[in-house]
Amino acid sequence: MSKQPLIAADTRPWRDPAAKPFVRINNVTKKFADVAAVSDVSLEIYQGELFCLLGGSGSGKSTLLRMLAGFETPTAGTIEIDGQDMTAVPPYSRPVNMMFQSYALFPHMNVEQNIAYGLKRENIASTEVGQRVNELLALVKLAEYGKRKPHQLSGGQRQRVALARALAKRPKLLLLDEPLGALDKKLREETQFELVKIQETLGVTFIVVTHDQEEAMSLATRIGVMNQGEIAQIGEPTDIYEFPNSRFVANFIGSANMFEGVVTEDESDHIMIDSPEAGCAIYVDHGVDCAPAQRLWWAIRPEKILLTRDRPDGVANITRGLVDDIGYLGDTSVYQVVLDSGKKVRVTKANTMRGDLEAIKWDERVYLSWAGNAGSVLTA
Amino acid sequence: MSRTPEPSTSVPRPLKLAEQALSRLGVSGRALIIFAPAVWLTIFFLVPLAVVFGISLSTKQFGRPPYSNLLTFGEAGTVQLTLHLSNFVKLFSDSLYVNAYINSIKIAAIATLIALALGYPMAYFIARASDRWRNVLLMLVILPFWTSFLLRVYALTGFMRGNGVINNFLGLFGIEPLIMMQTDFAVYVGIVYTYLPFMILPLYTNLVKLDGTLLEASADLGARPLRTFLAITLPLSVPGIIAGTMLVFIPAIGEFVIPSLLGGPGTLMIGRVLWDEFFSNTNWPRAAAVAIAMLIVVVVPIMLMQRAQSATVER
Repeated sequence: MSKQPLIAADTRPWRDPAAKPFVRINNVTKKFADVAAVSDVSLEIYQGELFCLLGGSGSGKSTLLRMLAGFETPTAGTIEIDGQDMTAVPPYSRPVNMMFQSYALFPHMNVEQNIAYGLKRENIASTEVGQRVNELLALVKLAEYGKRKPHQLSGGQRQRVALARALAKRPKLLLLDEPLGALDKKLREETQFELVKIQETLGVTFIVVTHDQEEAMSLATRIGVMNQGEIAQIGEPTDIYEFPNSRFVANFIGSANMFEGVVTEDESDHIMIDSPEAGCAIYVDHGVDCAPAQRLWWAIRPEKILLTRDRPDGVANITRGLVDDIGYLGDTSVYQVVLDSGKKVRVTKANTMRGDLEAIKWDERVYLSWAGNAGSVLTA
Repeated sequence: MSRTPEPSTSVPRPLKLAEQALSRLGVSGRALIIFAPAVWLTIFFLVPLAVVFGISLSTKQFGRPPYSNLLTFGEAGTVQLTLHLSNFVKLFSDSLYVNAYINSIKIAAIATLIALALGYPMAYFIARASDRWRNVLLMLVILPFWTSFLLRVYALTGFMRGNGVINNFLGLFGIEPLIMMQTDFAVYVGIVYTYLPFMILPLYTNLVKLDGTLLEASADLGARPLRTFLAITLPLSVPGIIAGTMLVFIPAIGEFVIPSLLGGPGTLMIGRVLWDEFFSNTNWPRAAAVAIAMLIVVVVPIMLMQRAQSATVER
């Protein structure tokens, strides 16, 4: 798989082999009555990161987060935070705070009391507590709402109180369980950016659990994709999207067209795959770790396929199909094209022109083509 | 076929028609539902209460009924209303009654506190138990109700009397028999034993609803388990504490059977005083006044607690 160019001033510590991770999860397994919710997960997270654990329900992402908070004890393995073994430390003694999915605001306390709750557990003078609470209220833009009870707030306001309360003790590590899950789409997008801004200003390390891949892509410095209790892939959002390492990741993040094929040419600078499903030879412009005649999969994102009426030049990476359906989404249109093999392919096209008369319509026979580096070769 | 909702006019609905007919007469469904219990309460509670109140304002006399009429009809069609306040005055002037009230409140209050101290941990434990155990434990709490209350209190005498179960057991170790029967101690045992389920059940229904993530959030913010209990669990269970306390305290004040069977001559409770006035002294007006005064003693804490409860429930 090709490497991305390194940028000059690299602020990404996970690329520096000498960097010391802030959170180190070593071979952690958690079993609930013989069923492994998390199995043999190892993960290193660095200071100042916004790390997203992404997975479907039952993938073990929440269990992993709860083990970091101390609500669950690993069946095997260790968890280190800031160089200290936290595996047996109870939640109230960890330098970690959590923002709960349900927010878990104390209903009998007002907003100020909720935020001050953690501070009062440390012996901080009440004047300083008041000052810190006011700072936090300003940070989450709720300065007017200090005396309200949680039930008098909207969902978005409650979410911000929960964030302020979790930040009050200035934790080194903040765990967020589906932080935007209960908000509507518009509010979610706004809050996403606020969350990133707050994270950058305070320099706190965030670990966010989410099932929403868009949320993970826009928030995270790195994403850990989880599947059935295991980490399927760790990487920056672009890595995960452009270079998925397995069919699961390719399908889970965004959508992908998957073709099964056999390697016909295996050279150091390119390979050729014969795929009857695709109806053409697939040319990949870089070397891949595979054997000749090996059966593997090749995945391509819908926006990386070009639709044309006329046959483009070239031999490989060109196939034919019939437009079966068009979904107009405003900014893009989604074409469903049926190849001669019967395989349905999803292609998206940006609607750059208004009322384009030349646009490809239903039941047209079209050519599909793509560049040699457009797809990913998957062996797992 | 489109399935847009449309007003169903096609199907005849007799109840709907009846409701429409009644609403034309100015009778709403709500009024109809309240009507039946209202009639019941009027006939079996308000009217008797008014009768008792009337009797409390008369004086004792020999004959049948053993009290004077409030209304007397004179010559030339005059009607005379005679209200005797002497019974109520007597309640305050005779230290017997005042002591009985104070003692009743004291015994009921202490028994309620003991029941709370025992019932809270039990309710908490049941609410935190696994699903399978929870039902079994709840069953054990409710089980005593399947036997008559009177029998159970009477059975307690078998435990506490001079040669009862407890003293026989202590005797095995050479301990002198303890005097438990006919003391205030026995009354406390009886009241707490009898009313404990009434404390546990409302506390349980409250505690079982407690959101576990609130406790996790508290721990996450640095509170140790005891602090979490005091700052989160306890304040959120106040409605349950109030309900349980009311259910124990109110019947305990007027308790008659338990002090009669288990208490001694020194255990002065208002229920016994009332019984004595009514049956031994045949002083119905005095007994009625005692009852009315007791009602006031009981209603005031109910009102105070209900106000406190509505203040906490408002959220």
